Amino acid sequence: MLTVTDLHVSYGSISALRGISFSIPAGAIVTLIGGNGAGKTTTLRTISGLLRAKTGKVEFLGEDITALPAHQIVARGLSHVPEGRMVFSNLTVDENLSMGAYLLSDKALIAKNREYVFSVFPRMKERLKQTAGTLSGGEQQMLAIGRALMGNPKFLMLDEPSLGIAPRLISTIFEKIVEINQSHGITILLVEQNANLALEVSQQAYVLETGSIVMAGESKKLRADPQLKATYLGG
Amino acid sequence: MSEFLQQLLNGLSLGAIYALIALGYTMVYGVLRFINFAHSDVFMVGAFIGYYLGKLVPEGTLWGGLLVLSGAMIGCALLGMFIERVVYRPLRHGPTLNVLITAIGVSLLLEYTGQIVFGAAPRTFPQIFPTANYHVGSLTISSNQVFVIGVAILLMIALQLIVFKTKIGTAMRAVSLNPKAAQLVGVNNNVVISFTFGLGSALAAAGGILYAMNYPSIDPLMGVMPGLKAFVAAILGGIGNIPGAALGGLLLGTVETFIGGSQFSTYKDAIAFAILIVILLFKPAGLLGKFTIEKV
Repeated sequence: MLTVTDLHVSYGSISALRGISFSIPAGAIVTLIGGNGAGKTTTLRTISGLLRAKTGKVEFLGEDITALPAHQIVARGLSHVPEGRMVFSNLTVDENLSMGAYLLSDKALIAKNREYVFSVFPRMKERLKQTAGTLSGGEQQMLAIGRALMGNPKFLMLDEPSLGIAPRLISTIFEKIVEINQSHGITILLVEQNANLALEVSQQAYVLETGSIVMAGESKKLRADPQLKATYLGG
Repeated sequence: MSEFLQQLLNGLSLGAIYALIALGYTMVYGVLRFINFAHSDVFMVGAFIGYYLGKLVPEGTLWGGLLVLSGAMIGCALLGMFIERVVYRPLRHGPTLNVLITAIGVSLLLEYTGQIVFGAAPRTFPQIFPTANYHVGSLTISSNQVFVIGVAILLMIALQLIVFKTKIGTAMRAVSLNPKAAQLVGVNNNVVISFTFGLGSALAAAGGILYAMNYPSIDPLMGVMPGLKAFVAAILGGIGNIPGAALGGLLLGTVETFIGGSQFSTYKDAIAFAILIVILLFKPAGLLGKFTIEKV
């Protein structure tokens, strides 16, 4: 579904990605793990068009999207839930969800997507008229994912969904991520610092270290890898 | 009492004009976080478009006046969008200071091009709307004042509806809150920014026409003082906040008029600005502005 080939990205003279390649099959949950500053967020931002690649190629459903602006990439069904959630804090939950369907004009489809978001996150229905900035961290994460789902994505990229969220809610959110993948067939690329959790829900994993992929394989196998265990899984 | 009401009316009609200009400053600040100093000259261009259009329609008719008003608004909307597209957009990803300095440059360019094209001598603005004076008790209300306040209120209601009830308005607010997130849901930020410039410039044009109706002498530097006042009104109300800009404009216009009508009239600008400084000392983010606290 998504193929990244030899992607190089730099901030000024500092290179953040040094030629990474990976591909994600349709229907899978794939995770990208790695420490702080490894280049995980940069990878997602380059795929979704917020950052420009220096060289390399991003292909989505067979189309080269490397040079497309962000709003045209979303239109193709690739949705990015950014790090820190980035909900529209002064807008209500309702307006945030409507913004998620910004590119859709079919009212029936928008209503259907809204019902789907409510079925995944019933709490959003209760908070509909509340300003997004007043939600808890976990609820904002639900809203950010819900907003992305409103646009009918085929492919969802989630950047650190566990960050800054009450531990009790983290498992709920990860259950929902699996549910979205299984019930709706949405392919997911999950970026996480919480490697244990990420490897548990995903089928495949890539390990990123200072801008390069240093390890790749089935999540099950990587969980048993002694080197990975020592570095990312806390012994 | 009647003098008080008379001054209040004068103040509100001046304030309504400041408010219309202030809205443009505040909206552009909202989406781009910079002050478009050329905005006050778009106001001037609006008055001049009105001057030339006013010669083409019969004076003192309602339809003629509305035609002039809408013509100037459309003309300035296009001018505002053109300035954004040609001048500000290429600088979008550079430091804000560069855009700010460029805005001052565009302002001077418009003022001095205006002097070449229109001439530096003041011109008398035609009476585009029908005029009459109404006497309510001892109060004299001119039809121009009624138009100024009426048109300003209608435009502000229309703006409120656009910003809060339409898709593009919601997109404007979204871009203002988080431009990256707006892109990620599929908003083309360029379209929204261009729309914002168009909207703000149209309001400035309306302000220019209304101003010229009440102070019927126009020249290419006429935007400087009202522009400065409107900028201050936007800060006073809380920059980036739309109702704040309206409130700031009305307040500033009223205060200025009252002081102008008192024995301290020579100091009216000084006193008006002193009041502002005091308000900002106590409410640094402006009357309706908020310091946003990021919740993580």
